[in-house]
Amino acid sequence: MREARTMIEWLQPAFILFLAALLVGPARGHLRSAVILVAPLLTLWAIWQVPDGAVVTLPFLDYQLTPLAGSPLRRLFATIFALMAFTGGLFAFRQARWQELAAAHAYAAGAIGCSFAGDLVTLFIYWEIMALFSTLVVLCGGTPAARRAGFRYAVMHLVGGVVLMVGIVGVIQQTGTLAVQPLRAVDPATWMVLIGLLVNAAAPPVSAWLADAYPEASPTGSVFLSAFTTKTAVLALILLFPGEPVLIGVGLYMVMYGIIYALLENNVRRILAYSIVNQVGFMVCAIGIGTEMALNGAAAHAFAHIIYKALLLMSAGTVVYRTGKNLCTEVGGLFRTMPLTAACGIIGALAISGFPLTSGFTTKTMISEAAANEHLGLVYMLLAAASAGVFLHAGIKFPWFVFFQKDSGLRPKDAPWNMGLAMVIFAALCILIGVYPQPLYDLLPYPVDYQAYKAAKVVYYLQLLLFSGLAFFLLLPLMRRTRTVSLDFDWLWRVVFARAGAGGYAALGALRGGLESALRELRALLRRPARALLAPKPDGDDVAESARDGLIARDWAIGAAALWVAVLFIGYMVAYFL
Amino acid sequence: MTNPKDDHWLVRPDTIRLLWRVFIAILLVAVAVQFLSGSDGHFGIDGWIGFGAVYGFLSCLAMVLVAKGLGAFLKRPDDHYTKDYDAGGAHDD
Repeated sequence: MREARTMIEWLQPAFILFLAALLVGPARGHLRSAVILVAPLLTLWAIWQVPDGAVVTLPFLDYQLTPLAGSPLRRLFATIFALMAFTGGLFAFRQARWQELAAAHAYAAGAIGCSFAGDLVTLFIYWEIMALFSTLVVLCGGTPAARRAGFRYAVMHLVGGVVLMVGIVGVIQQTGTLAVQPLRAVDPATWMVLIGLLVNAAAPPVSAWLADAYPEASPTGSVFLSAFTTKTAVLALILLFPGEPVLIGVGLYMVMYGIIYALLENNVRRILAYSIVNQVGFMVCAIGIGTEMALNGAAAHAFAHIIYKALLLMSAGTVVYRTGKNLCTEVGGLFRTMPLTAACGIIGALAISGFPLTSGFTTKTMISEAAANEHLGLVYMLLAAASAGVFLHAGIKFPWFVFFQKDSGLRPKDAPWNMGLAMVIFAALCILIGVYPQPLYDLLPYPVDYQAYKAAKVVYYLQLLLFSGLAFFLLLPLMRRTRTVSLDFDWLWRVVFARAGAGGYAALGALRGGLESALRELRALLRRPARALLAPKPDGDDVAESARDGLIARDWAIGAAALWVAVLFIGYMVAYFL
Repeated sequence: MTNPKDDHWLVRPDTIRLLWRVFIAILLVAVAVQFLSGSDGHFGIDGWIGFGAVYGFLSCLAMVLVAKGLGAFLKRPDDHYTKDYDAGGAHDD
């Protein structure tokens, strides 16, 4: 019995979802549905078998790997990731392509693997697994726009991954340990780790990748995408950089960036994507504050955020699935025939705005309270303004433009049963955590000494939110939707870098042409002495020799890297014969 | 919709007028109730009666105006990034 228990404790919960991801393809019909829905629940069970501390250690070079380490914080994040994999699977399993479902499960497995990674190398491996499979989820959008967005997404995450890896190697060299432990951004290595993590959190100046890629995924794919990458980054930041002061500024920038860009946006799912950046900004800011209450707030808000953000994207995804339309200017008045989708969308919108009795209120206000306790007046006031802004850009804007405003004349059917059920489950959780937050508070990393419902606080937030609502309806004429996109820093790499790249590529091509002809002459010069030395008997080898030369010549044309190898080789030959 | 009475009850002008009245009543109550609940001030000024209301409204006004102003510089037609693909014909967009 004791033996069996040990075996279970050793199990990395992520492996269950990896196995499921492998089985989704070969399985058919009901078996496939069962794999998709049962695997996350088994994973959830396994997550709660992981004990505290380093569970598994392996020797690696001179170091100790810890592929599996438990703590309340790690289990909290793994729990919401598994819950997300289940509800997202329920939402998607009848509509999405199996490739997307398999990729989504592997992606969730990567996030759970990160949650339990006790050392930096393991963390990095799961981090890259997430980058790979999330790219596949974007690509499953299936359109040319999704392919291009997926490519940009992959490049961004690979570059971020390289920065993170170099930073990790530097940190390991300095500290002599692989352990995941709190750091300060004081030297190039720790800065690179921080930057690598912040790329995945969609921090400035690369926030644009998120709003670029997520809305191009399928209606079901963007639900999965909303949950894992940014929140894994939040967990990694809590573990590695709690109380890092620079994060307060970064977080506040993200909060305001998300609001402004969402206000300008016309694409329904892109509005919600910008508001992910906004919400993650609250968490990043809390991690920067770094007190126990702030870190509790960041963790609790991440938990609540995954639920209501997925709910919002499910609601938007159902609309896209039923109407095939992505833009605010194309929809409107859908509450008539999609009452369930509208109701769930409104509950998600109230939760993201932090309305009392929703999960946003019981979690986000912890962050504001933590700022107030540290006497960070400006931060506190900006977070309050941002709370009002969230209601403005997501809380009312999303349901208003999609389900109300003018009647688009569209009369789509309401959500299919599985999509509806997934939305109802998450809507219920939004309210449950709002009304009775204690079970969530009990899961937080530090003891919670926080009273969410004090009359004065409830009144303050109600005023803040209700008058934002008033502002929205009075300012509606200023917020007319336009068929536009908004420039961001991504203009640099989508236009400037792309053109510079094309120019550079042409220049390289010309350079390569010149070098190739020079090399050909050089080779002709070297040929005779080389043959004299290497092949002293010139009996009929000529044909084979020239054929081989032809092959080498063709290889050079493949790319600059091959050319450099050739240059080095020629250099070596020259040195050898001299 | 030719006759507003034919449309969903929620979007009839009568209903919308009623909703506005209810909304304004709720706004007034939200401020008035502060006399009973006391204030949640941490920094003095945010404990004033009606501070949340004024601050919420003005924050939103500021954000909408900033967005509007930035939009003048940042907004582009929504084929801004894709028109090269459309015009070039090299990609199947």
